[in-house]
Amino acid sequence: MSAILIIEQVLNGLQFGVMLFLMAAGLTLIFGVMGLINLAHGSLYMIGAFAAAAVAGATGSFLLALAAAMAAAAAAGALVELTVIRRLYAADHLDQVLATFALILIFSEGTRWIFGSFPLYLDVPAALSGPVTLPGGIDYPRYRLALIGAGLAVAVGLWALTQHTRIGIRIRAGENDREMIAALGVDIGRLYTLVFALGAALAGLAGALVGAIQSVQVGMGEPVLILAFVVIVIGGIGSIKGAFIGALLVGLTDTLGGIFLPEFFKLFMEPGAATQTGASLASMAIYILMGLVLIWRPTGLFGARA
Amino acid sequence: MIPERWLTFAVLVGLLAVALGALVMDRPFTITLATRATILALAAVGLNIALGQGGLVSFGHAAFFGIGGYAMGILAHHAQTFTPLELGPLTITGTKSMPVIWLTAVVASALAALLIGLLALRTSGVYFIMITLAFGQMFFYFAISWSAYGGEDGLSIYVRNDFPGLNTLDPIQFFGLCFTLLCLVLLFAGRLMRSPFGLALNAARQAPERVETVGLDPMRLRLLAFVLSGAVTGLAGALFADLNRFVSPAMFSWQLSGELIVLVILGGVARLIGPVVGAIAFVTLEHVLGDVTEFWLIWLGVALLLVVLFARGGIVGLVARRGHG
Repeated sequence: MSAILIIEQVLNGLQFGVMLFLMAAGLTLIFGVMGLINLAHGSLYMIGAFAAAAVAGATGSFLLALAAAMAAAAAAGALVELTVIRRLYAADHLDQVLATFALILIFSEGTRWIFGSFPLYLDVPAALSGPVTLPGGIDYPRYRLALIGAGLAVAVGLWALTQHTRIGIRIRAGENDREMIAALGVDIGRLYTLVFALGAALAGLAGALVGAIQSVQVGMGEPVLILAFVVIVIGGIGSIKGAFIGALLVGLTDTLGGIFLPEFFKLFMEPGAATQTGASLASMAIYILMGLVLIWRPTGLFGARA
Repeated sequence: MIPERWLTFAVLVGLLAVALGALVMDRPFTITLATRATILALAAVGLNIALGQGGLVSFGHAAFFGIGGYAMGILAHHAQTFTPLELGPLTITGTKSMPVIWLTAVVASALAALLIGLLALRTSGVYFIMITLAFGQMFFYFAISWSAYGGEDGLSIYVRNDFPGLNTLDPIQFFGLCFTLLCLVLLFAGRLMRSPFGLALNAARQAPERVETVGLDPMRLRLLAFVLSGAVTGLAGALFADLNRFVSPAMFSWQLSGELIVLVILGGVARLIGPVVGAIAFVTLEHVLGDVTEFWLIWLGVALLLVVLFARGGIVGLVARRGHG
């Protein structure tokens, strides 16, 4: 096991982590401000990926594809917020779960209807394809490195947005006391639609970015959604900082577990059995991490409310 | 509006009549559909103990369904390949006997529910939903990576397991078996609702502080409800695996957890017969709409949205007034 392999895997873990952050940030914002659990967030991720694949196929421009992904996901998000989600803020969590589960069915089958069951492919842009040589002589895919950069940039942007802009102040105020800011003359309905569209755009962006290294297909959003849930359970619901730390923890645990656990078991087991045991355990590693965090802190690392 | 007890009786008689009618008209496929509805109903009745009575929105009940399925798959696999099952120092031979398989499925899923419950019940609300969903997914990935029992491909069981005195490969006899189990579990769940435990559990859902002040521990009530709920769903999983003679990681999928909740809500939450009505409606919709369009799940989604937004109380809530079932 060489240092190069370890550094590569750490980078892979970071890349996975920052993409999870894009999903988790939207989920945790929406929960923090509106108190809503949105299962259909994975559908917005899928919509972003499909929009990007369609636009990239038609125009050949990756930047246009990204813009289309964010616009399509934000538009879909705003649309469902105005028609369905709006009625659910006062409802209990069970109703929210059911209604957003229904939205998953509608979005997934609707996409299958329009695009068919076969996966689409989104190419990595030419400027970002191929490897880049890092200090120390490590060859690493340029695109994945760009993903890490993009994820970190979005994280910084979100931080600046929530801490240093008027809209950010309103969002934070909405988390603390929605009646009060409504009384102060902020149009709370519009703020909700905006937050929902923002979260949707982030999910769409993640879908498009990841869509270039995986296939774009129906059902691609839900596994990511469930991992994003693990992230915000670990980080604490409603906390963007928690989502960031949680996302990196989950990304690194999942990636490194898959590499190191089989190696670890090889120290005292025969290779075949070690690979098997290691792989099985690695598939459960992030959930075990989640369990441990829950025993230690039931509301997550940075969570205030239960 | 009719009393709930009549509806319970009518639904069960109706289900039985459909199966017997199909037998007379020689339509084995309809019997299989009725069996499928019966088994899904059983799984949903299990979920309803936690969801309806305890107010615990478990989005991970596929875990117990899958564990029940794999209990059947693993035992029958070892029996059909004549290989013993090595569990550390213990060596067990596989079995094709349904009662033994059912017992194993119930015990295994109850144990899993105990472990998940101990962790997940430390939290509530949205956390609980997400954590149960995540643990369900953990079992899904574990089953995929567990290549000894088929991994992603699952396990095929060539011959349906045995029940003393019955030919279980005959559709109507297998239906009878599942139907009897459903009736027994409904009887148990109905008794449970009215027992001191059921009443305390209901109170713990509505006013946990008050339950605590009278000296009961809401945590323990919820945990017991969750374990009972998981055990019943696990039993349904074993039957479902036997119906298809096949188990795969799909039994652990989050979609299945979601569908089980849908069955409960579609039928009517916290109503004894609600999950059964939901399961019958679901299988009927699946069959009828599935014939018309490949994309029938869109219409299920639309129907579900309408029920959530406008028809709270589900089908049973529309038809029957609340009473003692």
